[in-house]
Amino acid sequence: MRTSTFLSCAVVGFVLGTAIAAAAQTPAAAPPGDYSPADIAYGARIYDAQCTTCHGANGDGVGGVNLRSGTFRNAITDLDLQRVILFGIQGTGMQAFKFDPSELAGVIAYLRNMNSVDRGSAKVGDAARGQTLFEGKGGCTKCHRVGAVGSRVAPDLSDIGALRSAGSLLRSITDPTSQMMPINRPVRAVLRDGKVVNGRRLNEDTYTVQLIDDQERLLSLDKSELREFKISTTSPMPSFKGTFSADELGDVVAYLLSLKGR
Amino acid sequence: MTRRLTASLALLLAAVASYSVHAQVTSDRLVNAAKEPRNWLIYSGGYFSNRHSPLTQITPGNAKDLELKWMYQAAVAGAWQTTPLVVDGIMYLTQRPNDVVALDAKTGRVFWIYRHQLDPTQIVCCGSNNRGLAILGDTLYMGTLDANLIAIDAKSGHPIWKTRVADNKAGYSVTLAPLIVKDKVIVGVGGGEYGIRGFVAAFDAKSGREVWRFYTIPGPGEAGFDSWQACPPNEKAFCDSEAWKHGGGSVWVTGSYDPALNQTYWGVGNAGPDWNADQRPGDNLYTDSVVALDADTGRLKWHYQFTPHDRYDYDSVQVPVLADITWRGTPIKAMVWANRNGNFYVLDRETGRFLVGKPFVKVNWMDTFDERGRPHQTIQPAGQPTWPGNQGGTNWYSPSFSPHTGLFYVSAWENYATIFGGTPVEYQEGRNFGGGQNRPLVPVPGAPSLPGLRRGPINNWTEAAATGAVLALDASTGEQKWRYPMTDVTDSGILTTAADVLFTGGREGYFHAIDARSGTLLWKTNLGAQIVNGPITYEVDGKQYVAAISGLSLCVFGLR
Repeated sequence: MRTSTFLSCAVVGFVLGTAIAAAAQTPAAAPPGDYSPADIAYGARIYDAQCTTCHGANGDGVGGVNLRSGTFRNAITDLDLQRVILFGIQGTGMQAFKFDPSELAGVIAYLRNMNSVDRGSAKVGDAARGQTLFEGKGGCTKCHRVGAVGSRVAPDLSDIGALRSAGSLLRSITDPTSQMMPINRPVRAVLRDGKVVNGRRLNEDTYTVQLIDDQERLLSLDKSELREFKISTTSPMPSFKGTFSADELGDVVAYLLSLKGR
Repeated sequence: MTRRLTASLALLLAAVASYSVHAQVTSDRLVNAAKEPRNWLIYSGGYFSNRHSPLTQITPGNAKDLELKWMYQAAVAGAWQTTPLVVDGIMYLTQRPNDVVALDAKTGRVFWIYRHQLDPTQIVCCGSNNRGLAILGDTLYMGTLDANLIAIDAKSGHPIWKTRVADNKAGYSVTLAPLIVKDKVIVGVGGGEYGIRGFVAAFDAKSGREVWRFYTIPGPGEAGFDSWQACPPNEKAFCDSEAWKHGGGSVWVTGSYDPALNQTYWGVGNAGPDWNADQRPGDNLYTDSVVALDADTGRLKWHYQFTPHDRYDYDSVQVPVLADITWRGTPIKAMVWANRNGNFYVLDRETGRFLVGKPFVKVNWMDTFDERGRPHQTIQPAGQPTWPGNQGGTNWYSPSFSPHTGLFYVSAWENYATIFGGTPVEYQEGRNFGGGQNRPLVPVPGAPSLPGLRRGPINNWTEAAATGAVLALDASTGEQKWRYPMTDVTDSGILTTAADVLFTGGREGYFHAIDARSGTLLWKTNLGAQIVNGPITYEVDGKQYVAAISGLSLCVFGLR
């Protein structure tokens, strides 16, 4: 069983508080605009009151929709967002909202910055230095993959910067188990012939489990045919608290925040 | 001559039999729905809402021989919660957002589709849900997302009349399947997240004229109004002095009817705002209650409140299951109920008297009942989890009662908790009136919170948030007889038959046949998407079929 770096691909926790300058990394398809911190803070309050029932605190409450990603299925520009919010999307759960202009501006500012605000005050450093640390001193690509580089044993991080806040990324590096999404929990299975399979859970139902094993093979196992089956709640990724200095941690977080996917 | 007369008589009888097979659905047929098990005439299978069929062709012994007979595909994505009706070989069902489809129950071929053009300003909390139809005579009845009730000709699919039930711009909608009682069509309204004042209303089946209306939130001068207390003077926290006007009490799941008592029973939803209970002091009647109404007048006969002063959104919008059972050695007319709040209840349905209250999942919002059934509430400290969580120990999905086994079967969410938090919210028409910020409990403090309610085929909730189960409970005591565990949670309804076969689905997409007596798996098939409707069974040309909806597919099974 490999026990090297294993950064869980989690969705962030609650997102309120200090804005971190990551707007420049927003994908080109979603014009960042010029949003004031006050608009963002106001929008966060409105979002909490009006939107979390369906979209959840993290913006991922509706299947197939991730408001934190910076891209929207039915909107590219802020005017598109206005239209969706004010008129809803017929035939779906997205209702029309009666927001006044300042509320609307706030919600849009918040939606555009959901991924870059965090309650914590994580330090964000230099992304280029972070990449060097990620691929060198940290040895992160032994398990993680970014683009076409690295192993697939641990979660692919190519779009982690669109999924996680800075604070969550920092905690993932220093206390990996605390940030591991349960779906990514390590699996150990013993087959009927005694062969041991170790891997990362991709999916599970009552009768079967799907995983990627430490040889990067996609496996689907029938639970009734296993001698042993165990899901661990401890991440195999070590903490990098003592490996990276505070500045280096900030650099790695900056690099991870820059990973927005395609 | 005699032979010719006999032949003529036989022809005549055949003609009469043929006519009766295709006869209109009278009120008497609805009362006696159990006597024609080939059909599924009412949302819950019959007025007692047992979701139990007398059909016995499919048995524990041959369930392994079930195979897919036909499928019907819908076009609009989203949870498809409808329960079809089957009337003499014709299946009628709704599909998103407010279509009605008539098709051949043997082949799945479509006769007609009616499409209601929705008001684009419709406001619904949780998607374009519709749970089904009612039928009387040759007329189908459907409630709509924009809060209309529509009568539709069952032969042609053309609308006959349309009645406005409530103002959709204020958040009212009709998502339940109507209930026919005698010559009336009874519906309730959704909108508990928008500060509506909920009601149940009856409409004349011929004309669409409203006959009676029962408000689930009593007004000034009415019994129960004092359960919406005035705000305390000098209250620092925001308190709404007219909380009753937007107190919620939605009714979005079909009720039941006891013809002998002429009482109709309806489960009432959460109080508004859902989570900030401090701004509506009092018990907040008749939210989170069951109400028994005189079917002719809508007058309240009795009520029982499951969750007084609810702060958890524990809607009591479960189907009231009526069962004639023996309780402590005495035959009684009972109502059995597994509530979203995690408790199983037995009530006397003649009087509403509380007989049994017993948790069927982990519960910590209360600990004991007094002799009248009032729960002693144990509010958890801020930041601490409450069991069951926001979606409840169970929810709207239909349970089943089998008179054959005496067991009550329910889809349950186990090990499921939420950290609740209320925030003041001012009522504004048509705007969300939730008043809370809730988080699912996750096992590691500081861990990322889990996604919300809806997900794709990957169970990213996992055991960390909740697991599912079908529970078989003794209907007179609530004692668990068996448990069929599932890795993912289940929002599927349950069907049982007189052959002691239980059918159910779940979020994993499996359609299961389970032995209703032992809880052992008889057969399963992977339909590929979540099953959130209630399976039904019916018969055409002597063959028993079972229908379930998975994702966008209505799948119908029969024996090889």
